[in-house]
Amino acid sequence: MNDAHPTPASPSTPVPITTPLQPGQVLDGFVLEARLHQGGMANLWQVRRQSPADAPEGETFPLIMKVPRIKGGEDPASIVGFEVEQMILPALKGPHVPRFVARGDWRRQAYIVMERIEADSLRPRLDQAPLPLVEVVEIGIQVAHALTDLHRQHLVHLDIKPSNILLRPDGSVVLVDFGLSRHDFLPDLLEEEFSLPMGTGPYMSPEQVQFVRNDPRSDLFALGVMLYHLSTGERPFGQPTSVRQLRRRLYVDPIPPRAIRPELPPWFQEIVLHCLEVRAERRYQSAAQLALDLQRPDAVPLTARAHKLQRSGLVRRFKRWFLALGEEPQAPASVGAQVARSPVIMAAVDVQGATPALLEALREVVRRLMQTEPGARLACVGVMKTNRLGMDELTDAQGRSHHVQQLIALKNWAHPMTRELALEDGRLTFHVLEAPDTGDALIEFAAKTGVDHVVMGARASSVIRRYLGSVSAQVVTQCTCSVTVVREPPQPDDPPPPDSPPISPSASN
Amino acid sequence: MKTALISDLHANRQAFAAVLDHARRQGALHFALLGDYVGYGSDPGWVVDQVRALREDGAIVVAGNHDLGVTQGPRPTMNDDARAAILWTRAQLSESQLAFLASLPMAEEEDDCLYVHANAFDPTGFAYVQGRLEAMRSLHATECRYTFCGHMHEPMLYHLSGTGKAGDFRPQPGVPIPLLPNRQWLVIPGACGQPRDGNPAAAYALFDHDTEELTFQRVPYDVEAAAAALRAASGLPAGLADRLAQRLAIGR
Repeated sequence: MNDAHPTPASPSTPVPITTPLQPGQVLDGFVLEARLHQGGMANLWQVRRQSPADAPEGETFPLIMKVPRIKGGEDPASIVGFEVEQMILPALKGPHVPRFVARGDWRRQAYIVMERIEADSLRPRLDQAPLPLVEVVEIGIQVAHALTDLHRQHLVHLDIKPSNILLRPDGSVVLVDFGLSRHDFLPDLLEEEFSLPMGTGPYMSPEQVQFVRNDPRSDLFALGVMLYHLSTGERPFGQPTSVRQLRRRLYVDPIPPRAIRPELPPWFQEIVLHCLEVRAERRYQSAAQLALDLQRPDAVPLTARAHKLQRSGLVRRFKRWFLALGEEPQAPASVGAQVARSPVIMAAVDVQGATPALLEALREVVRRLMQTEPGARLACVGVMKTNRLGMDELTDAQGRSHHVQQLIALKNWAHPMTRELALEDGRLTFHVLEAPDTGDALIEFAAKTGVDHVVMGARASSVIRRYLGSVSAQVVTQCTCSVTVVREPPQPDDPPPPDSPPISPSASN
Repeated sequence: MKTALISDLHANRQAFAAVLDHARRQGALHFALLGDYVGYGSDPGWVVDQVRALREDGAIVVAGNHDLGVTQGPRPTMNDDARAAILWTRAQLSESQLAFLASLPMAEEEDDCLYVHANAFDPTGFAYVQGRLEAMRSLHATECRYTFCGHMHEPMLYHLSGTGKAGDFRPQPGVPIPLLPNRQWLVIPGACGQPRDGNPAAAYALFDHDTEELTFQRVPYDVEAAAAALRAASGLPAGLADRLAQRLAIGR
């Protein structure tokens, strides 16, 4: 059936290419121009189409060909890993992966032709560690955004490390090498193949050590290892060379980053150690939740993690070691299931302008959302209007106190719900945005922090609103995520007589 | 070229018509029908006529256990519902329709693809491929890279690597899966006419021979009409018709 590519032999038995590939050689219509890179598992060739007319529409980018290096006969690890990548790459799209172009038949010559990304990997940055904190945080934000995108595509990468991250000149990142990855909707060729944990020793999550291959939180652990290394210059779990050494991370926690570099702020240590929690359910529940904290350090709730200056003592470690012996990690049903149950929910609350009834209705809707999604993260956001022009010192001082008051009011609004749902461990943050335009500020916050669902109130119509449009209408039309608008509960037409009892319980706390 | 793989039609006219229409709109030019055209459903004559017409147009058509059951009479291993349905079906078909079913081969091989109703190791014994062990046994029994079979009513994909490791996968409809050529694959598209995985939508699969991509499909069809036709079928015991109609509605 392979009449598109006539070969001398029958289509079921292609003739294998046995001689090493040479510059100038043509393989299935691709001209090998120069070898760019010789890696441990694969070589990269710069290629172009022999006849550019063969290129499908939109293929306007430079190409590379990745060719696996098979060491000494058959090497199952590299063969299956390459098959996995041949299978997964075509299923991925978006700015954080190279675009797939073609794949080569294993029985002749295996390869993948894909978009050439004009960017360097983060690998050389590792030798320069410790890097300045701003740079580490920026890398963390970009990688977390890329992971959010891939996890939403039902993929867990499972080999996040500096050499698999390409940094574009504009600061965004592209993730490469999907040889260990797992896609919800494609067969896992690696699952049955090997009896050893698969991954890169220093970065492998505890559940990966225990053979779980579908938890997106594994990538957050690896990112935590990378942030730790880039900021301290040290590896949190060393360079294990045996399964026994790999298992140490199940019970020995890393030296806190601030014990190595005391100038690192507590919020940064909080974030890194939150990523490095042994149990996935104690980590950030999604990459978007991690990105939110990296972008808003002032709002990161500090726990004991932020202030630790040494590892846990021997007794604690022994206890964990003992518990880890028979422990089975709780794996999610799929990557998609874990992503779906860990949304970032944003409550936009106008604590000063809204009526008590609307504030209560809004809180009830948010409470229901948070209750149904135990992995959800809630960001309560208020906007403090500022003048468009700069402020002098006096108004700045007033502004500070105004800011703090708004924060207090926001926390007070959320309190009945946070107490009932016991929202703890970073599942809840408060943000007061200072901006001249409320709608713009909310839309920008939602976009930048990867909010999945905005919940906000809308007051009854007023004359001004009819002419200028409401904030909620602006957010609904301009936000790319889901928006729920909570209406003020209907009020009785006639106000009750002054001596009658209140109709509803008080909205105050 | 795209082949539509359709199995276990079970005389369900509404499901088969919806699947044929869907497959043609997806660009399928070739059909492979993997057996069990009759039994359980209300419209065996219409379905057999369609199958015959497709075969005249070059479709691959192999026999299933229900097709043999109808032409040879029920087999002792069949359950009571299957037996009653087969006796009723036999009465609905013309001589030439029965002769067509009796003429069907057990398996067909073409371009590295094996088409068979139940498995490759014993096509006439109709052993079920219920898991990796049977899938491995079937893949070992053929030289073909791809095996397409039915008999099991739930969509499933098995693969066997060069190192002898077998894997299984429960597919997601609508997602293309590259069936890479350096392993063997066994594809169960699922039942068109009597799905049993809790989803009443008709199942089938599309295989693109050029890109080597397989896509499982689910097609919602008028289940109520199929159920009503069963209940209205004259001569079919009312209790049996009701049970069969109910199974269609819940996909069990």
